[in-house]
Amino acid sequence: MSVISSVLLLAQEQAPLPVPSDTKVQAPSLGAVWPVLIVLGAACLGVLLEALLPRHLRWSTQVVLSLLAVVGAGIALVAYVSDAPAAGELAMKGTLAIDRPGLFLWGTLLALALGAVLLIADRSVEPGGAFVASAAIRPGTLQDRAQVTSTGMQTEVFPLTLFALGGMMTFCVANDLLTMFVALEVLSLPLYLMCGLARRRRLLSQESAVKYFLLGAFASAFFLYGVALLYGYAGSVRLSDISSAAAGTDRSDTLLFAGMGLLVIGLLFKASVGPFHTWTPDVYQGAPTPVTAFMAACTKVAAFGGILRVLQVAFESTQWEWRGVLWGVAIVSMVIGAVLGLTQTDVKRMIAYSSVAHAGFLLIGSIALTEKGLSGTLFYLLTYGFTTLAAFGVISLVRDSSGEATHLSQWAGLAKRSPLLAGVFTFLLLALAGIPLTSGFVGKFVVFEAAIADGMAPLVVVALIASAVAAFFYLRVIVLMYFSEPAADGPTVTVPGAFTTAAITLGVLVTLLLGLAPAFALDWAGSGAFAIH
Amino acid sequence: MTPTYYLLLSALLFTIGAVGVLVRRNAIVVFMCVELMLNAVNLSLVTFARINGSLSGQIMAFFVMVVAAAEVVIGLAIIMSIFRTRRTASVDDSNLLKY
Repeated sequence: MSVISSVLLLAQEQAPLPVPSDTKVQAPSLGAVWPVLIVLGAACLGVLLEALLPRHLRWSTQVVLSLLAVVGAGIALVAYVSDAPAAGELAMKGTLAIDRPGLFLWGTLLALALGAVLLIADRSVEPGGAFVASAAIRPGTLQDRAQVTSTGMQTEVFPLTLFALGGMMTFCVANDLLTMFVALEVLSLPLYLMCGLARRRRLLSQESAVKYFLLGAFASAFFLYGVALLYGYAGSVRLSDISSAAAGTDRSDTLLFAGMGLLVIGLLFKASVGPFHTWTPDVYQGAPTPVTAFMAACTKVAAFGGILRVLQVAFESTQWEWRGVLWGVAIVSMVIGAVLGLTQTDVKRMIAYSSVAHAGFLLIGSIALTEKGLSGTLFYLLTYGFTTLAAFGVISLVRDSSGEATHLSQWAGLAKRSPLLAGVFTFLLLALAGIPLTSGFVGKFVVFEAAIADGMAPLVVVALIASAVAAFFYLRVIVLMYFSEPAADGPTVTVPGAFTTAAITLGVLVTLLLGLAPAFALDWAGSGAFAIH
Repeated sequence: MTPTYYLLLSALLFTIGAVGVLVRRNAIVVFMCVELMLNAVNLSLVTFARINGSLSGQIMAFFVMVVAAAEVVIGLAIIMSIFRTRRTASVDDSNLLKY
């Protein structure tokens, strides 16, 4: 009898507990997740086509399928946005939070991926494309020398791109840490492989793949241990549960801050911020340039999307404890990017260090936990992505007999050989430096404005100094292109085909447009906050 | 026996794995150390599931295993390809990309 009564008592005690959040979910709707489903579905279809189609049909089929998937996902996104609830909604049993910032990031990712797929598909710059004919061929052998001039390519690159894109899109909207971890791996694993698939300089390419893989796996182990500790702290990995657990309990802060620290290390690694950037220059240099473009633009967007969501949803209530640490990380990142960028002699490595400095600027916007900080960071991601995409597109065009000519000395006097290419690259470098009338200026302006409004003026001063230092190495390339004599045996500028032209034009136009008339994109970026369920 | 001991064991395994990644020179061994770190996390997850009295930690451990298996496939493929080229899996010899 007493047992029954105690059970009843227990049941009564449990009744007033907060209702699990997924019972609040509205009628399950697939409409919100169609863009991700289309991209991942096309990726699976692409793998099947690899197995079933004869070799000569694969390239054209895969290109059409990838472009259709990206455009189709974009159409599904636009169709959904028109009648999406302003406060956002949960999908897939509450594991995905489809809200305004998430939708903005999806739009950015899809637009950038369209440009990246065009660069990856290009076969005019290098006959057969930038990818190895068959990854199993050993570098340095007779077969390898034959594959350099062949027109075949490893067409698995296209499904891999789509898988990575699907992972990135899921990562931006993940509402719990487990989904975030799985999405992180889905976006990383294809990228590790794609880095190792360059047609020329294959030793460098394979080395970059090994480095990226080992360091990436190391960082995701840290991320995962952070997830485990936070699960121990909050009893759940849902971001909102962690937030409410942290808001007012007598639980051990050790678990919370150890977990958060490890989690954020994993995220900062992916975003190539500050002291966690060591892989960035090597991988950017070694990977095939179209893959570098995809990685630099899209991974940055996805990683900062995740950082923004984690900081704003899960750790907002404890911001005064951790903010000082991320201040330090942002400063280290900006200083490393700006100072080491000065010493680089390879144009791809230079852009890599520039991306480390930009990651520092983005982190400033991310730790300003205000509406303006959120919209400013989202806008900055949009501008940075397109500028970088176009910059790598241009880099892939300057070539000599052994492939791309990326050493800075080879770029001397390039304006005399190709005024158009030098002009476009100058414009992109000015955008990266943040000169007015380019999108880079507006991006920096909104992020720094939000940071000052949130009481981070000293950080903004450091950021301005870092921008000035970084501007020096961009200007050095411009001076080199315009005011040096070209070497007699210097590289030539390839006339790009339709695909690369389209990708570069897209990047340049967006950079110009967002510099001249940023208001509409700023409105989109500021149209709502993260959904907290 | 209190579950705290399992958490300490897991932290110890994680540290051994992390130190191993930093000091070992063979890519395969480095990779095994990463796997050790992932398995340490699994132990934590299961222990916390026990402490919290919820099953989700155990389910998460399964997710981690699946992801780790996928990572092995990718990792060994990459390490294999560089081994066939260089006849060595030492991470010290992969030093073409620098400065």
